[in-house]
Amino acid sequence: MRYDVVVIGGGLAGLTSAALLAKGGRRVIVLERRDTLGGLHSTEEIAPGIRGEAVQHDIGWIPASVMEALALDEAQLSLVRPAASATSLLRGGRTLTLWSDPARTARELASHSEKDARAWGAFGERVTRLAGFLQAIYEAPAPEPLASGAREVLAMLGLGRRVRSLGRDGIVDLLRTLPMSVADLLDETFETPALKGLVATSGVSRLSQGPQSGATAFVLLHHHVGAPAGAIRSRAIARGGLGVLASALAERARSAGAEIRTNAAVSRIAVTEDGVRSVVLANGDELETTLVLSTLDPRHTLYDLIDPIYIDPELSEAVRTVRYRGACAKVHLVLDGLPPLGTELLEGALVVAPDMAYLERAYDAAKYGDISERPYLEARIPTVHDASLATAGRHVMSVLVQWVPHRLRAGAWDASRREAVGDLVVATLGELFPGFASRIVAGAVLSPADIEERYGATEGSLTHGELTLDQVLFMRPVPGLSRHATPIPGLYLAGPGTHPGTSIASASLAVKAIGAVRRARSGDRAATGV
Amino acid sequence: MLKTTPFHARTAAIMEGQQWRRWAGFLVASAYEMSHEREYHAIRNSAALFDVSPLYKYQVRGRDATRLLDRIVTRNVAKCQPCQVMYTPWCDPRGKQIDDGTLHRFGENDYRLTSADPNLRWLHQNARGMQVQIGDDSERIASLSIQGPLSRTILEHAIGRDLAGLKYFRLTNATIAGIPVVVSRTGYTGDLGYEVWMEAGDALPVWDEIVAQGRPYGITPAGMLALDIARIEAGLILLDVDYVSARKALIPGQLSSPFELALGWTVSIDKQPFNGKEALAREAANGPSWSLVGLEVDWLTLERLYESMGLAPRLPTMASRVSVPVYDGSKQVGYATSSAWSPLLKRYIALAHVESGSAKPGKELEFEITVEHRRKRATARVRKLPFYDPPRKRA
Amino acid sequence: MKNGKVDAIVIGAGHNGLVCAAYLARAGKKVLVLERRHLVGGAAVTEEIVPGFKFSEFSYVVSLLRPEIIRELDLPAHGLQILPLESTVTPMPNGNYLAAWADHDETRRELYRHSPLDADAYDEFGLLMHHMAHAVKPIIGMMPPDPASLSPRELMSLGKLGGHMRSLGARKFYALHKLMTMSSADYLDEWFETDVLKATKAASGIIGTFMGPRSPGSAYVLLHHYMGEIDGAFRAWGFQKGGTGGVSEAIAGAARRFGAEIRLEAPVGRVLVNNGRSVGVALENGDEYRADIVVSGLDPKRTFLKLVEERELPSDFVASIRRFKTRGSSGKVNLALSELPRLTCMEPENIARWGGVPIPPQRYLRGAISVSPTMDYVERAYDDAKHGSFSRRPYMDVVIPSMIDPGMAPPGQHVMSIFCQYAPFAIDGGWDDAKREAFGDAVVDALAAFAPNIRRAIIGRQVLTPADIERITGLTEGNIFQGELALDQLFFLRPAPGYAKYRTPVDGFYQCGSGTHPGGGIMGASGRLAALTILGERP
Repeated sequence: MRYDVVVIGGGLAGLTSAALLAKGGRRVIVLERRDTLGGLHSTEEIAPGIRGEAVQHDIGWIPASVMEALALDEAQLSLVRPAASATSLLRGGRTLTLWSDPARTARELASHSEKDARAWGAFGERVTRLAGFLQAIYEAPAPEPLASGAREVLAMLGLGRRVRSLGRDGIVDLLRTLPMSVADLLDETFETPALKGLVATSGVSRLSQGPQSGATAFVLLHHHVGAPAGAIRSRAIARGGLGVLASALAERARSAGAEIRTNAAVSRIAVTEDGVRSVVLANGDELETTLVLSTLDPRHTLYDLIDPIYIDPELSEAVRTVRYRGACAKVHLVLDGLPPLGTELLEGALVVAPDMAYLERAYDAAKYGDISERPYLEARIPTVHDASLATAGRHVMSVLVQWVPHRLRAGAWDASRREAVGDLVVATLGELFPGFASRIVAGAVLSPADIEERYGATEGSLTHGELTLDQVLFMRPVPGLSRHATPIPGLYLAGPGTHPGTSIASASLAVKAIGAVRRARSGDRAATGV
Repeated sequence: MLKTTPFHARTAAIMEGQQWRRWAGFLVASAYEMSHEREYHAIRNSAALFDVSPLYKYQVRGRDATRLLDRIVTRNVAKCQPCQVMYTPWCDPRGKQIDDGTLHRFGENDYRLTSADPNLRWLHQNARGMQVQIGDDSERIASLSIQGPLSRTILEHAIGRDLAGLKYFRLTNATIAGIPVVVSRTGYTGDLGYEVWMEAGDALPVWDEIVAQGRPYGITPAGMLALDIARIEAGLILLDVDYVSARKALIPGQLSSPFELALGWTVSIDKQPFNGKEALAREAANGPSWSLVGLEVDWLTLERLYESMGLAPRLPTMASRVSVPVYDGSKQVGYATSSAWSPLLKRYIALAHVESGSAKPGKELEFEITVEHRRKRATARVRKLPFYDPPRKRA
Repeated sequence: MKNGKVDAIVIGAGHNGLVCAAYLARAGKKVLVLERRHLVGGAAVTEEIVPGFKFSEFSYVVSLLRPEIIRELDLPAHGLQILPLESTVTPMPNGNYLAAWADHDETRRELYRHSPLDADAYDEFGLLMHHMAHAVKPIIGMMPPDPASLSPRELMSLGKLGGHMRSLGARKFYALHKLMTMSSADYLDEWFETDVLKATKAASGIIGTFMGPRSPGSAYVLLHHYMGEIDGAFRAWGFQKGGTGGVSEAIAGAARRFGAEIRLEAPVGRVLVNNGRSVGVALENGDEYRADIVVSGLDPKRTFLKLVEERELPSDFVASIRRFKTRGSSGKVNLALSELPRLTCMEPENIARWGGVPIPPQRYLRGAISVSPTMDYVERAYDDAKHGSFSRRPYMDVVIPSMIDPGMAPPGQHVMSIFCQYAPFAIDGGWDDAKREAFGDAVVDALAAFAPNIRRAIIGRQVLTPADIERITGLTEGNIFQGELALDQLFFLRPAPGYAKYRTPVDGFYQCGSGTHPGGGIMGASGRLAALTILGERP
């Protein structure tokens, strides 16, 4: 069977790419190893009759251009932005909520600190402004500071102009903020420990760094790309689970003519010096193609699917040194009732990060390969939005636990350690919600090792490689590959492991890169008259 | 403190003038006698015995051993038969030479690579994803080089069998004084010669036996000074002297490709992907911009230059490793990196990098020499390498 | 007017103030340097704390002093003499050790003992660092351009910087980007597998910072070690003969020779400002000195928050200076010793046990002893600090200057300088005498774990916490760099955006301390660039 493009991986990046490529008239097939689509963003059965978010909790950023190109709209995707973005669960039943309406947040803050209440609006605007700048970079191919040629120079000038549009203070603020620790950033701005703890989570989420680590302010900005103006930690979720989005993308891909094959593990990409020749499946099937777009993480693609003699030792070394370091475990809890918080708060994220020192200590453990004794938790209850995810009277709580290192100081991940993580979560929530344990009727735990094994994410990294200043833009996934093409003709990379570090945006850029190359090639032919 | 080689007990005992030098962190002899001249002549006249243990030696074994080596070196390893030795350079991914050495194939998946610089990390970096075992034998294996017209006779006595069947760049197993050794017909002198490889712990009895068997034939332990002259006569380049490893180059101008080092013949463009293949293919098509050539300094002009100062020509007896400018008319077109007075050829010879436009054999260039503190230029002609190539080397 | 008018007044006779004064005087200006203490040098002083024992009390090694300053001020003629520091030995918890020597073959042999792969990597790493230092050098010597400005001059300067970056080529550019953004632990993990090697190298990346080796931003400081080496003729790391104060004395000597006057025990209380222009200074005792140019070598917080009336400064500038991070993180323990320490790991039988090469104590004690046995050890030392206490087991850089310069101590006796980290200025509850001594005990204990005879050898001890450093030298929060060397406080952000070129919001008032670009170490670059700015010369 011959395809124009074989897309490896049926997660959001793979499905988006397939839909865009098929719409462009290419004969496309998507190969997914598992039996469900969506990868880390799928919604799966976690107990009989009960479905929950497989790993990720929210959708992240969908560039408007993709929404438009695929004729998607938020309503159709059942996207909702809860009024309560995130609520910090504090001792003694207290809470602090960040609302998607900054004014409401400021009102809530006023009871903690007048100063913080006054500073809130400006902080939101500042984050919006700086994240907006990142967004502009993220919508274009990665800047290549060393590239030459008129087009590159123009692109860099364009970037320079965009930087200047921030204004003098904006530029200085951007350059000063990017390398800062989120702790320093927040200490400069606020005084309420609970507020700083809650906001700091954006700087360390899914990352093996603590709030005092350098450049975590960049991570906070990254997580606010595409977020509504002035809102902190406001993320869209899908009613009915994130799987809704994967289904919608799959439907777009299929209706444009793409084929999607599940239970189709790829064993290798056959290449010659001329480039990609075919994709060989684990079952022995061979799909002929000269174009492969892999959305697996870059190490997985380049190390496991390609004959090593086609990866030169310097590239191989660069791939080896990409840091993944999964930092989270996933805990699913089936409850027979809701925590006593009120529906409005339960619609948003529930966070255990009472202050920055708590986060810092939680991170300390991971540095030495230990699991945090008092972990940072991010919980969501999708059944609040769509009761049909569970059987009557049941709720699903989805918890991301941090820090749970992929590489333990001693020994490997096993059942007892996995259980211990579950117990830790129950105990942590139990301290905040008395009687919580008795509400649990079922549960499941995915360690970082489980996430790696089940979802193919190297070292259990939910971002396919840490999102840190040294691993973004022209450094992502490795220098020289940031424009999605690889040294192997016809092999392209997409997924969060590539620029700009989010699934859907990376897919859109990778598809453009494929298109750009084809145009350039046919241009060559026209020019030489061949 | 420097390391000493496994032969140190013997080499120290015959050292007359404490003329030691460093080689790869080891103490080795520059010359055992007060002058290296007799040691040099042994190479061309009887047999010289060199302690070459400081060479870096790596063992490469396993299913993907051939594939690994083939992706590293420029020559086609698949064509190297078991019991064959291949001389080969290797390059970085941009086609610039890192090092050169010999590759010994002992069996289907069993090799030894020798090199001038450490290459353990490079082997490992290239082996990612392959089934190979890489071992560092540098200190585990000792080696002696016996070079010269009588080397075969001496070695035949030492191993107790005929070596006529051992062809140039082939190896064989043997025993010396009951000790298993590997004998390869290789060397760094451009003469008939062999290298003997053994476990470090067996070094002394092997030395003793070879020296005992060689005594009637005039075997002479020799140091690096003698070797340096012989290798220049043989047109053999030396890392850090005649070229800079791509790993150590500080500026692009210090890089060299195999084509620029007269090693184009080692580049097998048609084999599987290997480091630098793309760049080397381009260079093969376009031709290198630099060439390594032999230079022979014209004796008459040399004599005239000394005469003008009222002196007779005075040349150093040692090879020089000082870079010397080479001119074509008024323009500097290159530089000589090694030069020596060849006592055998009675010529002043040099290895030089020149721009390819000035590299044709017979081309007349000028070679800078310093006569009585003043810089002069002597006429020099481009010569085909090697300068010295006796039939016995391959016979 | 009580005193005669001079052209320029320099506040503080630290090494940067002295460099600035010397350059101004060299250009023919009449210069007056006012120093609070009884001696010049600031944090680069030699003091006889214990009779007969001379200590480089704070700063103890010279590494980055700019060659052009040495040349242009002819410092050797005024007593500059740097004696080489040759080696580093790191004792390991299991009794083994790691040594690095001046000789390449010797170091390779030692590394090979730990890891053959690391022995190869070490050379490549060294070469890359050489390249990086070469790439960074012009940046250190340049006035930081203002990236937000649209003036042609700034754009040209920016363009030059961009051109320089591009000229590095891809490999070096990416490597530099990594160095600027990564943690030293992660960066070293890319290269090496030997933990003690990484720990020792990483430790040099956290000196004076409030970061742990695993915090992004710490890799850049690794470069400093290589920076001195690219200037060929100058030794990378060394001791000034007679102690670090000798460097200050040499610069002071040069300044005086050019005609500058240095007045000691003359603490400046405030800068006199008239209509937005500085017109002179007033000492704490009320004496006033007039000059058109006033330069402060003090740190930015002291300069702008203590010496200048707040109303003379724009409020956003004051806010920038307030948030300029100056968290002191290091302490110093100076010991007078009756005998040399003996490292258990370097005893001949122990060396033999681990397959090392025997080395006599006279040799390894001429170098540094690094107490950085594992990466986790250094990281845990930081954990203590960030949670508000001093490191119970600190990282320490131990040197014995009297081994190289016997004149530092009575014959047969020795001085030992122990740089220790972390000792946070903002320790929970604040520093007091009991905590200082407890910290000193922790340092001695940590050293005694590897050199048991040290306790017996101590005949005098001085413990300096950041609070002491602040009290004695005036450095805010005891920060040895006058402000953290973090990416958000470097280059055009040092000390505040818009004021990174030695000017201040007050006309005629300049800054020249290491709180300005490039800052840090006994480099002198800030003082020189400030002087050139004042003189209207391009560097």
